[in-house]
Amino acid sequence: MIVKEGTAVEKKRTREGFGKALAELGRDHPNVVVLTADVKGSVNVNYFADEFPSRFFNCGVAEQNMCDVAAGLSLAGKIAFIATYGCFASTRCLDMIRTTVCYANLNVKIVGSHGGLLTGPDGASHQALEELGLMRVLPNMKVMIPCDFWEAKRATRAAAATPGPCYLRLSRESIPVLTSEDSPFTLGKGVVMRQGGDVALVACGVMVSEALSAAEMLAKDGIDARVINIHTVKPIDSELLIKAAADCGAIVTAEEHQVHCGLGSAVAEVLVRSLPVPMEFIGVNDSFGMSGEGYELLTKYGLRDTNIASAAKKVIERKRR
Amino acid sequence: MLVEAKSGHTGGPLSCTDFATTLYFNVLNHDPKNPKHPDRDYVVYSIGHVTPVNYSLLAECGYFPLRDLMTFRKLGTHLQGHPSYLDTPGVEASTGSLGQGLSISLGIALGLRMDGKPNRVYCIMGDAEHQEGATWEAVMAAANFKVDNLCAVLDLNNAQIDGRMEEIMNIHPIADKYRAFRWNVIEIDGHDVLQILDAYRRAMSTKGSPTVIIAHTKMGRGVSFMEGDYKWHGNPPSPEQGEKALSELGTTYGIWSKRLRES
Ligand SMILES: Cc1ncc(C[n+]2csc(CCOP(=O)(O)OP(=O)(O)O)c2C)c(N)n1
Repeated sequence: MIVKEGTAVEKKRTREGFGKALAELGRDHPNVVVLTADVKGSVNVNYFADEFPSRFFNCGVAEQNMCDVAAGLSLAGKIAFIATYGCFASTRCLDMIRTTVCYANLNVKIVGSHGGLLTGPDGASHQALEELGLMRVLPNMKVMIPCDFWEAKRATRAAAATPGPCYLRLSRESIPVLTSEDSPFTLGKGVVMRQGGDVALVACGVMVSEALSAAEMLAKDGIDARVINIHTVKPIDSELLIKAAADCGAIVTAEEHQVHCGLGSAVAEVLVRSLPVPMEFIGVNDSFGMSGEGYELLTKYGLRDTNIASAAKKVIERKRR
Repeated sequence: MLVEAKSGHTGGPLSCTDFATTLYFNVLNHDPKNPKHPDRDYVVYSIGHVTPVNYSLLAECGYFPLRDLMTFRKLGTHLQGHPSYLDTPGVEASTGSLGQGLSISLGIALGLRMDGKPNRVYCIMGDAEHQEGATWEAVMAAANFKVDNLCAVLDLNNAQIDGRMEEIMNIHPIADKYRAFRWNVIEIDGHDVLQILDAYRRAMSTKGSPTVIIAHTKMGRGVSFMEGDYKWHGNPPSPEQGEKALSELGTTYGIWSKRLRES
């Protein structure tokens, strides 16, 4: 699959997929409740709110209260989804998530929209770039980051179906649609999007589309890249990663997130224990975001297909040494 | 600048314009050519998203050229979507995450008091961030520490992102709440310049407690098709709407462009 800017690739929003799936869940599960913090439309819980007003709570600009109210609702037997921008959902609520939600393994689903640089002109304050790491280190937490609209729907259903806390990262901007309505999905299982044996490009979220495009670029140079979509950063699919390391002998990870503590770190943690191979990390290198258009920022921060392709060549060099 | 940026917040900045302009031009002790002047008064925008009024005033005062406003929110600009302490002269704190500005202001006020300095601290607040628990921690602490060099200005425009504040999560009776916390409370029409000036003066002469000026304002003030409509919280006007808005505010895009070019 070739995904290039300017070509007629269908693009849709993952937050929209989440919102649609949430309304569907509402129909099937009377105990699903939804809370937001004055960003109903931006995180697309408006569909659920319109259909199930009595199961919807707009808490106002009060994320910490929202998180603990959701904890209480889960103690009263509900499946509680809280949804706001990723930076507030994660960092603002961190103590509540850690000590109240995760410690007691409560059925609270934390949805962080506007993840990553694609949040765009609002700037650093609104671009969540550390939440995959922050959530990943919490016991009992599961962390998902869908690569497209359809996967966001599936991840939303999986979140509801899996007991305990879960974090779902969504993005503001439309991103390429890579999967279809009936693609399979298992929480914790990665997806091989493209076969290849020279290098494995392990990506999540919007970076899956960039990795696929990088693989096409590499193919022109005679390099056969495998592309793996890790939609669940925790629990991570160790088996698939170890197989990729064994088959390809070199790995590039790509995430719209700080390189520290996110997907790349999670992959490295698996591989250093069992099958260390040369690795390169594409991500934000220990800096804050800034204002700009979403894709402009991906380019500025070196998160594009071209960057992945160069990293792939570099890591292949290292494997030959 | 909002038309040019194609994103950003319009309604809130317009409700703040009258009291914020009065603050910069009639009240503040500051030196735009020396933004870190040790004798300056501080302004902290707890509502980071009102950068259009924040940056416009800084530019009008001379902290940086007016033409910079046209780079707002674009790649490489020093005028970030939300205030960035390290990027923009005159910005005293990085904000954008609501409900933190009053605590920051309190810290500055305490620091100034420790040093025996007369500088004052102004904190621009929104109504909806009074839904954040952190705001009330700061309200309690400021009264407890009796900081009278701190003046909060509350833009009470009854609007937030999802609707009318009173309908989403009512913060009223807000004046009584501040009084119960032992603040000096001054309620004014936030678009009446004489009342605004008088309020700042009364705040300055208050001893032993912090002051909150509760400014009753209108979202989108001065632009007929924006006034009172919460939907203008986070949207920029189209070029046509921008032209119409400017003409209602007594200027034109042409006059503006000329000023920018000459700046
Ligand atoms: C902690 C936090 N939560 C949520 C947001 C997103 N947000 C930005 S502005 C806003 C509403 C603010 O309402 P108000 O201060 O009354 O602004 P107005 O609509 O009057 O401009 C929200 C929820 C934020 N910036 N920070």
